[in-house]
Amino acid sequence: MLDLTFEAPKPKVIQGAKSEWELVIGMEVHAQVSSNAKLFSGASTRFGAEPNSNVSFVDAAMPGMLPVINEFCVEQAVRTGLGLKAAINLRSAFDRKNYFYPDLPQGYQISQLYHPIVGEGEVIVEMAPGVARRVRIERIHLEQDAGKSIHDMDPAMSFVDLNRTGVALMEIVSRPDIRGPEEAAAYVGKLRQILRYLGTCDGNMQNGNLRADVNVSVCRPGAYERYQETQDFSHLGTRCEIKNMNSMRFIQAAIEYEARRQIAILEDGGKIDQETRLYDPDKGETRSMRSKEEAHDYRYFPCPDLLPLEIEQAWVDDIADRMPELPDAKKARFMADFGLTDYDASVLTAELDAARFFEEVAKGRDGKMAANWVINELFGRLKKEGHEIGESPVSAAQLGAIVDLIGKGDISGKIAKDLFEIVYTEGGDPAEIVEARGMKQVTDTGAIEKAVDEVIAANPAQVEKAKANPKLAGWFVGQVLKATGGKANPAAVNELVARKLGL
Amino acid sequence: MSIDIETARRVAHLARIRVEEEELPALAGELSGILTFMEELNEVDVEGVEPMVSVTPMRLKRRADVVTDGDIQAEVLKNAPDAREGFFAVPKVVE
Repeated sequence: MLDLTFEAPKPKVIQGAKSEWELVIGMEVHAQVSSNAKLFSGASTRFGAEPNSNVSFVDAAMPGMLPVINEFCVEQAVRTGLGLKAAINLRSAFDRKNYFYPDLPQGYQISQLYHPIVGEGEVIVEMAPGVARRVRIERIHLEQDAGKSIHDMDPAMSFVDLNRTGVALMEIVSRPDIRGPEEAAAYVGKLRQILRYLGTCDGNMQNGNLRADVNVSVCRPGAYERYQETQDFSHLGTRCEIKNMNSMRFIQAAIEYEARRQIAILEDGGKIDQETRLYDPDKGETRSMRSKEEAHDYRYFPCPDLLPLEIEQAWVDDIADRMPELPDAKKARFMADFGLTDYDASVLTAELDAARFFEEVAKGRDGKMAANWVINELFGRLKKEGHEIGESPVSAAQLGAIVDLIGKGDISGKIAKDLFEIVYTEGGDPAEIVEARGMKQVTDTGAIEKAVDEVIAANPAQVEKAKANPKLAGWFVGQVLKATGGKANPAAVNELVARKLGL
Repeated sequence: MSIDIETARRVAHLARIRVEEEELPALAGELSGILTFMEELNEVDVEGVEPMVSVTPMRLKRRADVVTDGDIQAEVLKNAPDAREGFFAVPKVVE
């Protein structure tokens, strides 16, 4: 069983001009479903295609076209729900959310307001070893993405590309359980990690495949605890929603700014208007999106083109049976099976590819040593050159062979680093390289003894000093290692030097 | 429930339907009539009755996750009043 005991982190407290304030944050994360085709049409979801080439007549909302749901997108939403330990609703339904915008040719977005496919779940967001926030998930629903408008190609025109129109999104709605900007970014990071493990969203924030709307309010210390006891929102302040952020850094900065803005208004005796705001990264501030105000009357109603979505428990069970190991479980297993520290296990499980790589290196070997080599040598080197683990010139088998050579005592740790460098830059079989280039550690005591004798004979003055001060024996060890080109086994040299000097 | 002229004007605007000022009272009256009829329907006791979504027992049709459509840029743009470099061109939308 997983050990998931943890204590909650302290909420962030902001000192206003008059009193202390706390933050309350809830998030709506839009995650693009990883699929080949769109949610209701057979057009491609491929990023970066020619404008309006991934568009069918359904996406362009030509009269008479009807939506047909992509079953794999439904499966992905179910898989995501299971990954967030959420309830799966066997019956869900689609609604129309009505508004007019040039990149929404239907005049409505097909979404799931009243009956979402996924119900309540949770995400455990670790802030430090043993300190984590449990963020409750309220729901996940499936919906269509809108198209893209480009405003800077012409002074008088906006250009519209519908390639993204109709691509499946999962909107993951959290409860207001997040208590600070760092927690908000960590929550998005954890969600992204889980989605990537599940393979349900690639998490590419730069391309907009994962973006967040952040609801921020402030309250006096103590008010939040009363909300948690009663689930009565009247204990909390009025919230503002900051729309459409696709960077962890901006999310944090926007929350910081927004909290201070609200505190200033409240301490001035003012009142917060519930509204939608945009974050401007250039100015580092949020501003009201007044233009969308009126459009907020979405007049939702059940989509008459789509029957309710009914799925079978057996199908859900089948998806559950095929679930991959998730980050929390993998991390706990790495700590238990390989004796890794919390930190090392976190680093190695951050990305699935890295975790797989490590497991291949560690299999049947010393886990700690494997972790050390993967994190410090390989990750360090890859990071320096801006490479991903998938681009590593050293394979898991090669790195494993290096670890084997150290384990067997064939090479010293120092030589191993040289060997790693050779394998990284030139490639090749580590054992063969060691053999061919004479890098093997000398464990033959006769040879080492000879080297020790030579160093002692050549340095009589040092011998006298060392006899008076045994700490100086290290100098002889260094000389011997140097004389043998680093190939002598350091432990054996140590022992021999001490014996020969009579220490 | 009755719809006043202001509400009728607002609903028309939300639906992007142009209604002349002098037509608003009549429209408000018609909408009120429809809602009054709905209220009458609401008096029927439907406790425990599943809402009917289809007259025949049908399951929502599904498609496989295969790209079967698209690559028809010219056709998609054909009816657009203005299109440039593969994009729909519309009057500037300022955010």
